Amino acid sequence: MNPERQLGAPMLEVDNISLGFGGVKALSNVGFTVHEYEILAIIGPNGAGKSSMLNCINGFYHPQQGSITFKGVTRSQMKPHQAAKQGIARTFQNIALFKGMSVLDNIMTGRNLMMKSTFIEQALYFGRARSEELRHRQKVEEIIDFLEIQRIRKTPVGRLPYGLQKRVELGRALAAEPDLLLLDEPMAGMNVEEKEDMCRFIMDVNDEFGTTMVLIEHDMGVVMDISDRVVVLDYGRLLADGTPDQVRANQAVIDAYLGVSH
Amino acid sequence: MASNTGGSPVLDGPLDTFPKLLLDHARRRGGKPAIRQKDYGIWQVWNWREMAAEIRAVACGLAARGFGRGDRLAIIGENRPELYWAMCAAQSLGGVPVPMYQDSVAEEMAFIINNAETRFAIADDQEQVDKLLEVKDQCPGLERIIYRDARGLRHYQFDFLESYAAIQQAGRAHEAGHPDFFETEVARGQGSDVGVMLYTSGTTGNPKGVMLTHDNFVITARNGASREHLREDEEVLAYLPMAWVGDHLFSYAQSYVTGFCVSCPESADTVLTDLREISPSYFFAPPRIYENLLTQVMIRMEDASPLKRRIFHYFMDHARRVGTDILDGKPVSREDRWKYRLGQFLVYGPLKNVLGFNRIQLAYTAGEAIGPDIFSFFRSLGINIKQLYGSTEAAVFICIQPDGEVKPDTVGTPALDVELKITDSGEVLFRSPGVFHSYYKNPEATAETRDEEGWVHTGDAGYFDEDGHLKIIDRAKDVGKLVDGTLFAPKYLENKLKFFPYIKEAVAFGHQREHTAAFINIDLEAVGNWAEKRNLAYSGYTDLATRDVVCDLIQECVEKVNADLAADPKLSGSQIKRFLILHKELDADDGELTRTRKVRRRTVNERYGELIDALYSDKSSHSFEGEIRYEDGRRGTIRATLKIRDAERYGITEMRKAS
Repeated sequence: MNPERQLGAPMLEVDNISLGFGGVKALSNVGFTVHEYEILAIIGPNGAGKSSMLNCINGFYHPQQGSITFKGVTRSQMKPHQAAKQGIARTFQNIALFKGMSVLDNIMTGRNLMMKSTFIEQALYFGRARSEELRHRQKVEEIIDFLEIQRIRKTPVGRLPYGLQKRVELGRALAAEPDLLLLDEPMAGMNVEEKEDMCRFIMDVNDEFGTTMVLIEHDMGVVMDISDRVVVLDYGRLLADGTPDQVRANQAVIDAYLGVSH
Repeated sequence: MASNTGGSPVLDGPLDTFPKLLLDHARRRGGKPAIRQKDYGIWQVWNWREMAAEIRAVACGLAARGFGRGDRLAIIGENRPELYWAMCAAQSLGGVPVPMYQDSVAEEMAFIINNAETRFAIADDQEQVDKLLEVKDQCPGLERIIYRDARGLRHYQFDFLESYAAIQQAGRAHEAGHPDFFETEVARGQGSDVGVMLYTSGTTGNPKGVMLTHDNFVITARNGASREHLREDEEVLAYLPMAWVGDHLFSYAQSYVTGFCVSCPESADTVLTDLREISPSYFFAPPRIYENLLTQVMIRMEDASPLKRRIFHYFMDHARRVGTDILDGKPVSREDRWKYRLGQFLVYGPLKNVLGFNRIQLAYTAGEAIGPDIFSFFRSLGINIKQLYGSTEAAVFICIQPDGEVKPDTVGTPALDVELKITDSGEVLFRSPGVFHSYYKNPEATAETRDEEGWVHTGDAGYFDEDGHLKIIDRAKDVGKLVDGTLFAPKYLENKLKFFPYIKEAVAFGHQREHTAAFINIDLEAVGNWAEKRNLAYSGYTDLATRDVVCDLIQECVEKVNADLAADPKLSGSQIKRFLILHKELDADDGELTRTRKVRRRTVNERYGELIDALYSDKSSHSFEGEIRYEDGRRGTIRATLKIRDAERYGITEMRKAS
């Protein structure tokens, strides 16, 4: 990581969260802080509670205990669309794009929350709809340019290879101009070249737009390379929280990953 | 902006340099489009007046940073308006732009920067800047790097690194203090000044910097334009490397001379889409591009519904029969004309539209021989595609095929003001107004190439046919002889092989040998498609290349070439006896091809000596381990067992008897 990186004030504070589904404890007493401009990676074995953690942050799950403070506002119950309005966007582990729609239209859906024109205006393309469309299209084109996907802008997403679909999904999340971007396994199932591209895009996004990011990733090389800080979960518990180097040297983490008997 | 260019008295002299032409266009027809670039999904246009203002800002900015007369400016990147402007800006100050291939590796860039002693470099984006930074230590003369696209460069803290926008801003500030500076500098320029330095890719040894004057290009561009009746409303797509002489002529010189608008694609990946959107009227492409287009059309037609396929083939057969005659204005029966018109409506029109060729008035191809099938395919669609013969040392034009006299295997008659002669050894010499100034810092090479009377040795072997058209067969030094004295023109054989869609590249051997043999590179897309049709699973190039069925397929192609050669008494003896399919594609990154994708014979001979020996033994297979370089610069080895096949040769024994 760039040594002279300046991190800002705390943006997201996760305080002592517990989440259970019936008897299953997905998360117990997990707490960490995400600072502005930071890239934070959450790692852990399967079932460690990584995706549950993201789902709590963007309001899809409601933790039974603890609180989440985002940009100074503490909340316990929140719907995903409220989280989106507050400036949280995400991508999914299994790509959740509209397969039959073009890349351009898919990214445009990321602008949906910002559209003020009514359904009727949009359907008939008059009033605010026109100027809005032009403005949003401009932003979407900037993202297409940024992610270097000009050649596929009119291609239906279903016809694209997996790696490109992931990139389109990142584009759609960026279209919402989020303050906090949650990436659920952005590099899963990619080949080396696609991973390298994705890493570069993630770092460029962070660099260009100053977007704070929380990402889940299994590829340790990637995690250690791009993140400022790493949070390790195991069986819903917080195992470690620190810089990549600290985490790499942490005995508990080594044990969890190598499966040493306790 | 308009006042900047209007009413200046300094333009009284002849319009003999590009900056003077620029100011002239800006003054006379400033509102007409000059250059276009697709950005954010929209074609952005600059007219001549706006373009002149941009160039003025760059020029003044460069001057403010100390760039002056005789300095050289390295330009590296894809075709972008900003980079073309930088070219003209350098010329305005009496400097010399040195465009470089955007896919050059860092060492190649270092060589050119040092050889040309450039103090300034303009790079397109982070990728190019990184390469420059990598070699900065080896290039002590390089003082300043200017980048166009700031993306990813935010954290680069070097005082010699500056953005294009900053240079322009400095230029505007500089100009406020020196209002007539730009016009005065432009007026100092003369046609005899060196206008550009183009490095030849060099099939042997290090590249040479070919210095060409403004006169070279202005006169050649004018001659070309008047012979082909180019107009100021032509549409041209600038998509070939800026470092290549053809792009400099078609996208820069001829645009400044005739005033047409040049369009730059959005990115290298979108060229085909952009081609369709712009639908150029004047187009240049090396044979490879036409070949790719034809392959794509054929692959897509194979997947089309049976009805569409039948209609397509029916009308294409008709076009093949009469299309070329209609284009050349030869007599064709009335029914055939009507049927062609119907075909135009059903097949040719839509097809040309898909290719972006529906407005083409004139298309050129050059650089290598084009397959007769490919050539006649496009001509039969009514696209006036012609071959030309040119070189960097001639500012392109040496020969052009005249309208109505287009033959697939010649390069036409001499261009305007060009004199040609053929030496006793068969080498082609020319003399023209486009003859280069000299090679930079290389008087020996200059003297070797151009004699005292001004004749330039092309190094190509050729002869005139009965209609006075020049026919090029090979590089003069590559033409050899088999041990029995039979003429061996490797390029001629290789081209014949490459005309098959399944063969991408071929290297023939035979000089001082008993018989002819060849390396083959299969075309992964075409053979892959062929394999898929046969439910043949394969894992990649190497796997496919070592399959028996693929060898059979290629063997058929080789034997067809042999049958073809058998008909030519001069070359019949050089039929290919043995061949093998290489385990990897020949690649410019491995130094096996030049950047313009010509085979570097010496490198291939050295690297694959073992395989050549195997070709001339009686082995039927050979295990080979070779080094490859990945696109990210890492090296690896690849191991494969290559099959060596014997091909049928025709009429050989009879000939031997006869001789």
